[in-house]
Amino acid sequence: MNWPILSVVTFLPLLGALLVALFVRGNERWARGTARWIALWATLVTFAISLVMVWRFDGGSPEFQFVEKHNWLGIASYHMGVDGISLPFVILTTALMPICILASWTAIQTRVKEYMIAFLVLETLMVGTFSALDLVLFYLFFEGGLIPMFLIIGIWGGSRRVYASFKFFLYTLLGSVLMLLAIMAMYWQAGTTDIAVLLRHGFPIGLQKWAWFAFFASFAVKMPMWPVHTWLPDAHVEAPTAGSVILAAILLKMGGYGFLRFSLPMFPAASHEFAPLIFTLSVVAIIYTSLVALMQEDVKKLIAYSSVAHMGFVTMGIFAATTQGVAGGIFQMISHGIVSGALFLCVGVVYDRMHTREIAAYGGLVNRMPLYAFVFMVFTLANVGLPGTSGFIGEFLSLIGTFKVNIPVATLATFGVILSAAYALWLYRKMILGTLKPSLEGIRDIGWRECVIFAPLVVLTILFGVAPKPVLDMSAASVAQLLENYNHAIAAAKTAALLAQ
Amino acid sequence: MTQLLALQDLLPLLPELILACGAMLMLMIGAMIGERSSAVVNGWCVVILALAAAALLWLPRGPHVMFGGSFLVDEYARFLKILTLIGSGGALLLSLDYLTLEKQQKFEYGTLFLLATLGMLMLISASDLIALYLGLELMSLPLYVIAASNRENTRSTEAGLKYFVLGALSSGMLLYGASLIYGFTGTVNFTGIAKATQSGASIGLIFGLVFLFVGFCFKISAVPFHMWTPDVYEGAPTPVTAFFAAAPKVAAIAIFARATVVAFPGITHQWQQIVVFVSIASMVLGAFAAIGQRNIKRLMAYSSIGHMGYALVGLAAGTPEGVQGVLVYMSIYVAMTLGTFAVILSMRRDGKFVENIGDLAGLARTHPTMAFFLGVLLFSLAGIPPLAGFFAKFYVFLAAIKAGLFTLAVIGVLSSVVGAYYYLAIVKIMYFDEPVKGFEPMPILLRLVLGVSGLVNILFFVYPAPLLGAATVAAKSLF
Repeated sequence: MNWPILSVVTFLPLLGALLVALFVRGNERWARGTARWIALWATLVTFAISLVMVWRFDGGSPEFQFVEKHNWLGIASYHMGVDGISLPFVILTTALMPICILASWTAIQTRVKEYMIAFLVLETLMVGTFSALDLVLFYLFFEGGLIPMFLIIGIWGGSRRVYASFKFFLYTLLGSVLMLLAIMAMYWQAGTTDIAVLLRHGFPIGLQKWAWFAFFASFAVKMPMWPVHTWLPDAHVEAPTAGSVILAAILLKMGGYGFLRFSLPMFPAASHEFAPLIFTLSVVAIIYTSLVALMQEDVKKLIAYSSVAHMGFVTMGIFAATTQGVAGGIFQMISHGIVSGALFLCVGVVYDRMHTREIAAYGGLVNRMPLYAFVFMVFTLANVGLPGTSGFIGEFLSLIGTFKVNIPVATLATFGVILSAAYALWLYRKMILGTLKPSLEGIRDIGWRECVIFAPLVVLTILFGVAPKPVLDMSAASVAQLLENYNHAIAAAKTAALLAQ
Repeated sequence: MTQLLALQDLLPLLPELILACGAMLMLMIGAMIGERSSAVVNGWCVVILALAAAALLWLPRGPHVMFGGSFLVDEYARFLKILTLIGSGGALLLSLDYLTLEKQQKFEYGTLFLLATLGMLMLISASDLIALYLGLELMSLPLYVIAASNRENTRSTEAGLKYFVLGALSSGMLLYGASLIYGFTGTVNFTGIAKATQSGASIGLIFGLVFLFVGFCFKISAVPFHMWTPDVYEGAPTPVTAFFAAAPKVAAIAIFARATVVAFPGITHQWQQIVVFVSIASMVLGAFAAIGQRNIKRLMAYSSIGHMGYALVGLAAGTPEGVQGVLVYMSIYVAMTLGTFAVILSMRRDGKFVENIGDLAGLARTHPTMAFFLGVLLFSLAGIPPLAGFFAKFYVFLAAIKAGLFTLAVIGVLSSVVGAYYYLAIVKIMYFDEPVKGFEPMPILLRLVLGVSGLVNILFFVYPAPLLGAATVAAKSLF
């Protein structure tokens, strides 16, 4: 059993895309159906194989596993592998893809073939981003994802899709090119772009600061952190439902993953020094964007702003650099991936029926759609962070993690929890409760296909809420090692500074 | 016996000889049989270019120094000559259908291609100032004529004239610079100049260097000597534009790099400043000026100005890594350019060629394969991974970072974001906009060129080793 399982998981969707591109042609109806089925099977098989990875993963070891290494560019190699920090994101990606394909089953009727190709290519690039163990390879996957997402927003998006897609593309690119220069500087300093080696390489403090800022530029835009978050509401609103799901659930996580994988372990001294900056931006994001969310009239925009607020907890937890904080950050990202993805799917359900995203257009949906009301409630409560849902664990852990380092920040962030309850419950009341709007008389409840989509997400939200251990255990060893190295580096830097005095 | 030896000594010159004799042969066939032989002659010219490339591959490696040190066939020359021949051959392939459709078949066309290419090969191998000037003029004169080859069209003649006047001016400046350098060092040979400038240079020599650079910058259309480019690109017949964009730039940047690196290593600091300035100016102007363009040929002109700026980033580093970056950049640039022009040449509707970017609207629906490949090429031109264009930029910036040129690198990557905007704008028109009437079916040769260049751009990252390896060896031979 010595096959390159990680490469298979990464490139299987690409193979599916090739199949669709080369062999699906001819009769329009037939082509559409076949493209959908191929995409669904490709993503399902990928998911199944990624589960094999979970089963064979040794959670007790902080080392990279399923490692593959081949010569590639000379300076960079094709080096892939996962550890406890990246594996959860790989699984999140592979698990959400079949759901996205199913969610687009009837919503997308034009250029279905291209749509499925774009999604499958995107999956390969996303999985690759999380499992690349070489900086150049990472950058390749990280930036390559812009192309399919640009097309998804631009072709199948709403009325302002062109503006949104350009803004998404250029914003993200602008952040990333500086990271590319930092990668090059790191290469000349350390003589390699191998992440596993660089994690043990101590960079000089001067380079650390510059490189930290360059990486920060990229990940802060991707995450997105206040004040560079403005592309997100536009992209979310204009993207088709499945596109929003992928954006919220996975693409945003690349930022958090990047902080965990690069900023914290490779530039510990700089991270320590700039942690107050991150804390400030995070708190502003949590409070300010929550307030902005309260004012929204568009459902998707509201959820988009709530995403920015929730990502604030992630950055805060990660840069607190305590066991709880980092574990909370990771858990919050996984949880937010499921919950915000599900919320966008919920919006998609009513959008498919009524073709509007205005909150005011809805009201009293519970009378016609009881099942939908239940599903929406679960995710709303998880978004608020109610104990018993996955949202609670992430927020709670990152808050107590931060409390140990910086009490004012943690206190201010706690207000964000209250604000999130305010906008989420307000949204729920407006849309689901109250008297039924006359225009909604004929609306149907969710059908079997939509039940299939939501059932696993509901189960996971509650399961992770009451039993978060599997996810936390998966990353525990890697997080422990990361923090050990981090604290070691900080201590070393302090002694060096003392000696210099 | 001595005669035989002499013939063998000429062996490294075989590609040039093939081109020279081939051009004369084709000219004679054309002159004797007349106009009806034109299509055949132009077709055979492609074969002659291919033969020259084959000869280059077949010849024994190793540096050959000829004609008393003025002509050098090293790995660097080999690499760039093959690239130039690919550029010329590709552009000539693109021309064949165009010439027939536009009823422009003339046997002189292919012959002039051969002569210009011969000039480029000589330029690449030149290792003293005299050979440099000879090669440069042999390259330029046929180019002036081809630019004006569509005699009935005023814009084509205007393009030819403009190119000629400005080209002659820049040649004059180059020659003036060369004579100053000769005057202050007492030699025209590159290695001799390097010896003379080992311990710094006098102000007169710097003047000479600047004038020499003016000539080079004109040929590669770097800012501030780029003014001719948009007009000539727009006015010249489209396949000629493709030729201008692909081949002469390779040769010109080849001699630019060779002259600076081999002849002036002692005063790197002085010329580095000039190259950095020219590079920044070209990247920024290329990025911003292209945004407003409506004509796709003008857009390609500004795009090529920008791309020369990026290639110069590698040269500015002045290191083996930098030269390797330049070589990789130019190779990928040629591949991207030929593919893009294959699409531009198939923009033909109702029996007429169209050149507006708006004519591409909805191409993804009317011609999905063509749109896909053009999309790939545009993302590649913008430098988005995993396409080849990304690696091109990667290697030049890698060298710049090593050389400590941080300002240059930061401005460079930022202007590449600006540049991405106008490439995306074309993708937007092809993919997001409603379709207009489709184009006429694409001729098979254009499909071939587009397919090959598209696949090279997509698949480069799968197996980059051959190009990177060859570029490394070639760059090392300069130092």
